[in-house]
Amino acid sequence: MAEVTYREAVTMGMAQEMRRDDRVYFIGEDVAAAGGVFKTTPGLQDEFGDRRVRDTPISEEAITGAVMGAAMTGLRPVAEIMFSDFYATCWDIVANQMAKTRYMTDGQTSLPLVLRGANGGGLRFGAQHSQAVENWAMAIPGLKVVAPSTPRDVIGLLAASIRDPDPVIFLEQKSLYPSKGEVPDGEHLDELGKATVVREGSDVTIVALAAMVPRALTAAEQLAEEGVSAEVVDVRSLVPLDASTILASVGKTARLVTVEENPRLCGWGAEIVSLVAEEGFWHLDGPIVRVTSPHVPLPSADELEDVTLPTAERVVDAVRRALA
Amino acid sequence: MATTADPHAIDEATRVAMFRDIARARLFEQRAYDLFMKGLVKGTSHLATGQEAVAAGYAAAMRSDDYVLCTYRGHVHTLLRGAPMDALMAELLGRASGICGGKGGSMHLTSVRHGALGSYAIVGAHLPIAVGAAWSAQARGTGQVAVCFFGDGATNIGAFHEALNMAAVWELPVVFVCENNLYMEYTPIGEVTATEHPAADRAASYGLEGLVVDGNDPDAVYEVATDTVGRARDGGGPSLVEAKTYRHGGHSRADPGTYRPSEEVEEWISRDPYVRYPERLRDDGVDPATLEAIVAEAEAEVDHATNAATDSPVPDPSVILTNVWADGGSSWRK
Ligand SMILES: Cc1ncc(C[n+]2csc(CCOP(=O)(O)OP(=O)(O)O)c2C)c(N)n1
Repeated sequence: MAEVTYREAVTMGMAQEMRRDDRVYFIGEDVAAAGGVFKTTPGLQDEFGDRRVRDTPISEEAITGAVMGAAMTGLRPVAEIMFSDFYATCWDIVANQMAKTRYMTDGQTSLPLVLRGANGGGLRFGAQHSQAVENWAMAIPGLKVVAPSTPRDVIGLLAASIRDPDPVIFLEQKSLYPSKGEVPDGEHLDELGKATVVREGSDVTIVALAAMVPRALTAAEQLAEEGVSAEVVDVRSLVPLDASTILASVGKTARLVTVEENPRLCGWGAEIVSLVAEEGFWHLDGPIVRVTSPHVPLPSADELEDVTLPTAERVVDAVRRALA
Repeated sequence: MATTADPHAIDEATRVAMFRDIARARLFEQRAYDLFMKGLVKGTSHLATGQEAVAAGYAAAMRSDDYVLCTYRGHVHTLLRGAPMDALMAELLGRASGICGGKGGSMHLTSVRHGALGSYAIVGAHLPIAVGAAWSAQARGTGQVAVCFFGDGATNIGAFHEALNMAAVWELPVVFVCENNLYMEYTPIGEVTATEHPAADRAASYGLEGLVVDGNDPDAVYEVATDTVGRARDGGGPSLVEAKTYRHGGHSRADPGTYRPSEEVEEWISRDPYVRYPERLRDDGVDPATLEAIVAEAEAEVDHATNAATDSPVPDPSVILTNVWADGGSSWRK
């Protein structure tokens, strides 16, 4: 076991898969010599050469189109989308082409590709470099959507995404890049579509993703001091979604709070609420509470961003309401 | 036109094969139109009637493992890659034996095993994807070339410029072929584009030579196709070709195309490759019986495809849940 940052874990996961499989190629803006704007890929070009690790022009359509065409014809390419906000500029390729090609061709082709890069808020970048866009991708059949919260999960889920036959949108939470955690020695592989119970509890289930997982854990500690036992579930993968772990947890605790950092309307938390309402209603002993950002673009100033994103205090408050 | 072919430099077998391709394409699409009018082909369909020489010239110059990417006007390109006509016709009719099992339809014909990497119904979307197929061929060192056909309208799409630039800087084995039929849907391309040749005039922006070819002349197309595909295969990088051609009908099945001046339509119809090319071949000494046999065989093939398609069952509704993800990943939520 070694302790590494979330940012280092991205490099380790990439290197692990590039060593293992010479069909893995990596492209993006400033990813090669510069090692990425968030320094998530330094050294990869040195190790794997400038054929396998390449800088691109600022051309998100060309980048996403290129990995799609390459994935259809024998590579397992990875591209970095520097900030996930930029998906909007290539959404045609992602939503209309990548997501639908397997289906429209009735399985004539698989698209084993990964789009990875920085997602979410917390660094004062303002509304065009801070969005948590997982809902955009989750709404399109054909894409998989993964968002790890720990260095260990970064490596294991990135490896699983690269080995996966389908297009995976891999969202790294940018405020987590400096965070640290233990990672296993040697090759590490996880499984997509498995949520993790990161803290056991019996009074309430808190379902969270990415940067909201450490906040939910902080809230759970505060709640423990009040005598409330909170179970925290890290969803990790929105598509496929691990409904059974979530339903089992609610079956145990009978209360549910979801914590997501994206704006409120149509957030993934609503999908989980509807899942529990449809399939776990009789487990429930109280109202479900959703914690989200309000339905606003994310503001930049310290004081504004901090009150927009969900805090541990808001999670504690939501749990109190769920238990009331 | 920058390129003038010396037809006698092309061997007779190749020229006869190009006529066979044009005949199969023309008759297939005529039948598709008839079936559309009978309500058997559903949705919409975009015919390439009049434009077949572009597809035929490139088909003759390509290797069987090369890639083609095309648009919603892609029946002909897919057919000439070698995709079976029965399965293409069945797809137009929405049958289980269709090349995409009924999930694709007229605008999305694909046959990956024939290198037909898809018909793309979003204008310009496939140019970056062709870049990717060429990148992969370069990376794998296979010598394959990707040929990407698109309309003049696509030249004003952002993806066109992103794809051309990236293909040029990475020196990729890809040939971009603009089929300039002078119209987008209903609007003449010249009314919304600042250059005379929407594709070729922009080639210099990517460090490429602007190539214009008579897209109604199979020999001329074959010559430029041989040059550009050969250059790509030999590591010489991408090309941007503008083939001037014309669709005889409207944009899609519902459009009579009446916005076009009748003299213009007549002038282009008088240059129909399906009529003019066999005349030229006869003048050059090809036995007329050979050409007649080609037409008769194509007619028989189209009849067979029509019967096979109409005899095929419709898809089972259960297939709507399959092939969304490779591993049946939609089972988490119906
Ligand atoms: C991005 C996009 N915008 C608009 C359309 C609607 N549309 C379909 S075909 C077409 C005209 C395209 O003309 P051109 O590229 O010249 O090709 P042609 O149909 O002449 O072969 C338009 C506007 C579309 N499919 N995609």
